[in-house]
Amino acid sequence: MNGAGMNGAAPVLEVRDAVKRFGAVTALDGVSLSVAAGEVLALLGDNGAGKSTLIKAISGVHRLDDGSIVLDGEDITGANAMAVRAHGIETVYQDLALFDNLDPAANFFAGRELAGPRWLPRGLRVLRHREMTDRTHELIDRLQVSLPDYAANVALMSGGQRQAVAVARAVAFSSKVVILDEPTAALGLRESARVLDLVRRLRADGVAVILISHSMDHVMDVADRAIVMRRGRAVGEAVPTAANQAQLVSWIVGLDGGRAV
Amino acid sequence: MVAIEAREADLDATVMSSGGEVTHHTAAPRWMTAVLAGMRLGPVIILILLVAVLSVASDVFLSFENVGNVLKQSAVISVLAMGQLLVIVTRGIDLSVGSNLSLSAVVAGIVWRDTGSATLSVLAALATGTTVGLVNGGLLVVGRLPHPFIPTLATLTAASGLALYLADSKTIQGAPPIVETIGAGRIEWVPGGGAIGWFPVATVVVVAVAVVMVLVTRGLVWGRWIYAVGGNPEAAVRNGISVPSVLVSVYVMCGLLAGVAALLTMGKGHAASPTSGALAELDAIAAVIIGGASFLGGRGGVANALTGALVIAVMRNGLNLLGIDPNWQYIATGAVIVLAVELDVLRGHLERRFRSLQAAMS
Repeated sequence: MNGAGMNGAAPVLEVRDAVKRFGAVTALDGVSLSVAAGEVLALLGDNGAGKSTLIKAISGVHRLDDGSIVLDGEDITGANAMAVRAHGIETVYQDLALFDNLDPAANFFAGRELAGPRWLPRGLRVLRHREMTDRTHELIDRLQVSLPDYAANVALMSGGQRQAVAVARAVAFSSKVVILDEPTAALGLRESARVLDLVRRLRADGVAVILISHSMDHVMDVADRAIVMRRGRAVGEAVPTAANQAQLVSWIVGLDGGRAV
Repeated sequence: MVAIEAREADLDATVMSSGGEVTHHTAAPRWMTAVLAGMRLGPVIILILLVAVLSVASDVFLSFENVGNVLKQSAVISVLAMGQLLVIVTRGIDLSVGSNLSLSAVVAGIVWRDTGSATLSVLAALATGTTVGLVNGGLLVVGRLPHPFIPTLATLTAASGLALYLADSKTIQGAPPIVETIGAGRIEWVPGGGAIGWFPVATVVVVAVAVVMVLVTRGLVWGRWIYAVGGNPEAAVRNGISVPSVLVSVYVMCGLLAGVAALLTMGKGHAASPTSGALAELDAIAAVIIGGASFLGGRGGVANALTGALVIAVMRNGLNLLGIDPNWQYIATGAVIVLAVELDVLRGHLERRFRSLQAAMS
């Protein structure tokens, strides 16, 4: 498999021969992939194919048993979740990891609150509410999402709005790679369309996006390239178009006999 | 109270800004918004109703003397409830505050008896309270005990035993003058020569603690972390918030406030009794819950704790004034707890309905 992005651009993120075992189970069996800036890479595969394990390995939740992860030429294999985020890889999990009891700005800046003065220990610094709300406003506006109210708890927001807050939070802190785990799974048609718009805007901003989705329509809609995983391996790669759909589906379900490519 | 009103206004704004497009949907959320806001004010409404009923049923209830008494009686619960609130916001519970109060009072009493130093005595109470809190937090986080119920149950018994042992099961008479002032002092109201009313110094302490607590919970990063940990502990970890230190800090704060409550109790009784805080933890927990904070964590502020403490104090006072068997107090408290939590459950249900309506409208 060719490791370079579809435009031949230098990849931002490269995973090389990733292996992850849980006891006797081999969840990742030598997977490689790469994604370039401004590219949307779809990760397809049936349940248990290893997609979640792979993104958890990239985001530092799981440690690889073998293989490496390279970001912008720097080997970040084995970095923990916080270190991976600090490197600029943000993951939006299906559960969104939002604080339902807090407003969008508090969600945005959770753990990295804007506060001062600097000579005080972090916990004792005074929150700069106005600044945090303004910056949240800016970022969400940039993603062309409208939130009904910046002072309401996110508990009162719709699924799409919550997704927007989570995605905006992921890209807010100058990230290079955003991993979206089934961002449209819980959403209706109209809200799904908005989230896909959001993905396109991330691409336009030069962010590398890894999109996990079960919806072939959504993948064909936004992804530049799709990699299909089965039994911990990458079994196929194609540009997701209507013409290639049958091929992608056969890779997913294993009708080609399950050869690795 | 201010916070509650502000949130109410926010909700209105939500409906205004998103309701314009789809006209046939607007009626339901607006109606719902009003109900949601009303439910947030539920505990305040319970308090107002109690006061209204009691002022009709008893001539004495609204007298200056009695209002002063109610405020004085609510002071200890109020301080304990504010500490308990922080713990409950992080999805925890502190069962030890009553015993902690007893122990802190006994230690302060012994220090006062043996040294005669008011400063040392006051510091001893605060340090004892804080230490018990630190032990609670340490057992929970470092000892990895499964639920805050366990470590604080352990310190409940241990602190109570230690208090009885240190005091030789006897009440230690006397308290430093400053402690007597904050616990029992009266600020007299003297227009036109005669004292017509009074205001307990203890209430000034409660207000001071409340102001600090509001500033801390709303204004400091630490306060924000407390609510983040309560709202979604896993997400807090993923966002780099040190959940263990936040947890330890709330138990320490709760312990410190138990020390403050010990001084109020000691001053009120001019003595330190090793059982003076017995069962006070239940009042503190009840106050937080009755006041409308969520037992599931993440929700509730200082105003909720104070409202709950006042509801309990007013209810007790009223039942006393009406000459009703004191045992009814406990039954009534139980009923109000159920009522308050039912309101909270219903509010959560309506909030989810509201969310799905938002999705339909967006």
